Amino acid sequence: MNPDRTATASSAPATPQELAVHVEDLTKIYGSGNTEVIAVKNASFSVARGEVVALLGPSGSGKSTLLTAVGLINPPTSGRITIAGEAVMDGPRALVELRAFRRHHLGFVFQKANLIPFLTARQNVQVALEINDVAPRAARQRAGELLDHLGLGDRLNSLPFMLSGGQQQRVAIARALANRPGLILADEPTAALDGHLGRQVMTLFHDIAHEQRAGVIVVTHDPRSLDLFDRILEMEDGLLHARDH
Amino acid sequence: MNLAVQDIRHNGGRFALTAAGIGLLLMIVLGMGGIYAGLVHEATLLIERLDADLWVVQHATRGPFAEISRVPANLAPRLEAVPGVATARRFVSHTVQRERAGQPWRFAVQGLDWPGDRGQTLPLVAGRSLGQAHFELIADQSLGLPLGERVRLGQDTYTVVGLTRGMTSSAGDPLTFFTLRDAQSVQFDLPGEAIRLERAARRARAGAIDLGLQQPALLERAGNAAAALPALAPPSVSAILVTVAPGADATAVARIIAGWPDVSVYSKAEQRDLLLRGSVDRARRQIGLFRAVLVLVSAIIMSLIIYTLTLDKAHDIAMLKLIGARNRVIVGLILQQALVLGAVGYAIAWTLGQWIFPVFPRLVLITPPDLLLLAGIVLLISVAASSLGIWKALRIQPNIVLS
Repeated sequence: MNPDRTATASSAPATPQELAVHVEDLTKIYGSGNTEVIAVKNASFSVARGEVVALLGPSGSGKSTLLTAVGLINPPTSGRITIAGEAVMDGPRALVELRAFRRHHLGFVFQKANLIPFLTARQNVQVALEINDVAPRAARQRAGELLDHLGLGDRLNSLPFMLSGGQQQRVAIARALANRPGLILADEPTAALDGHLGRQVMTLFHDIAHEQRAGVIVVTHDPRSLDLFDRILEMEDGLLHARDH
Repeated sequence: MNLAVQDIRHNGGRFALTAAGIGLLLMIVLGMGGIYAGLVHEATLLIERLDADLWVVQHATRGPFAEISRVPANLAPRLEAVPGVATARRFVSHTVQRERAGQPWRFAVQGLDWPGDRGQTLPLVAGRSLGQAHFELIADQSLGLPLGERVRLGQDTYTVVGLTRGMTSSAGDPLTFFTLRDAQSVQFDLPGEAIRLERAARRARAGAIDLGLQQPALLERAGNAAAALPALAPPSVSAILVTVAPGADATAVARIIAGWPDVSVYSKAEQRDLLLRGSVDRARRQIGLFRAVLVLVSAIIMSLIIYTLTLDKAHDIAMLKLIGARNRVIVGLILQQALVLGAVGYAIAWTLGQWIFPVFPRLVLITPPDLLLLAGIVLLISVAASSLGIWKALRIQPNIVLS
């Protein structure tokens, strides 16, 4: 593990071009007045390309809020987000077309695989590529290669309901990787899997981050795979801090 | 990869049932149009087939199909004397309802001016046109009489010598064609007792006046057959059909006849128009309104189906948005499904109609313009129906994937 990267949650040791994401003073407040809840308070951190970061914390600590804000799904109340060297959010104001930016730069994996039920494993990956203007034939080929790489070469034409939980999650990972994003965000991707499968998935993230030079942030509760992460961030009551590995 | 097609393939059974429901609804919409077209066709069929240039009818009436018209039979030779008139045919039209095999038996009687008009212009599917002055008829197949069947009407028996197909009156009754005299015999058939009473009444009226008392021969003749009395006119006819000579101006001929105070004259187009604006008009408006309501109901049902299908896919749509799908991908998914649903429904409507409409008691006439119109309506309904689903889909937030 690189000691520089774990020194503080807000440290940014790499150059902007090498950073997958840089977050500065991010705050997210839900509601207003008496019902106001500060979900995330002044969070600052960076993740470099090729780095796998775990985000830990109890339920309700703000992990998912932080992840969705970085994933450009849930705009922050204040703070700045820079992804792949490009400023994308300044407070709640989007500086880029968010959906297009997500398409090009971000990959998502969730606790549930969220596969589209009427598409086969291959088509679930292919759709992410075609959405990004990859020609159908090339998309089909790359989807097949990705799934083969993830050990699903014999399940290409299976519909999601025909796959086990672990297989579905691997399809979801393949979909997240399809467009070679610079940043992959995973929200408890192993929660529905047993320990062995969970570790397999985490290993996959670790390998992908290093092979594809992608930054990976994984929200997890699973302490058994923490050794696979380059760095651990922890949230408590909306406050982010680095934890010793 | 077409997402709409993939979804339809995955949910084939549900989609097929939905399309079948929409198809049945569209079949009714198509059928209503067909019933209207059938009404117009049946109403104007006789006018087209009799092929007269001018219709001369009782003064200030609208012709034999709109109301009762009576003109004297000797109007025909008067008309033949008008410059430009080639032929003037007497025409009788009335409806008869009898009982046959314990069932009501209703048909429209048309009298043709034998021997000039033998029904040779009628579209016969079997047999021949009228070959003699009496006791033959041509009937439409829908009346259920086979060729050669003998039918007793009034005092006489008539033989079916020819059959037509699809010849019905504006009321939907099968048409039968007799010679004019036979048609009048059927119309004015009276039982023997009624004839005897009428003759006795005539004799009594003659006996009550001085002339009858002074001339016993007159009194005696008053009790004879009506046809033997020169003082009594022969039975009137419904109209006289005028054919204009080649090269003659039908408008000029009509203008001359219109100057006569005892008759009214209409061109073929006017007669057709009178019929359509008269007896058929209310039915047309009724069917038109009903059809409009059906189209509206179809649109609402399709909208709700598409909306429900969209709601079912809300999570998938959110996921697509999350991974960056453009709005046109989402809109395309919903719009294409609506169009496929409409197209399949349309095909089902057309196919079912081919089987079902022929067994309807009245003509359901599906014309190519009607099919095109329905295709246009289905296209509009599909687009309109999908708009509600699209509106909903575009408001789905990608973060519902996390819920």
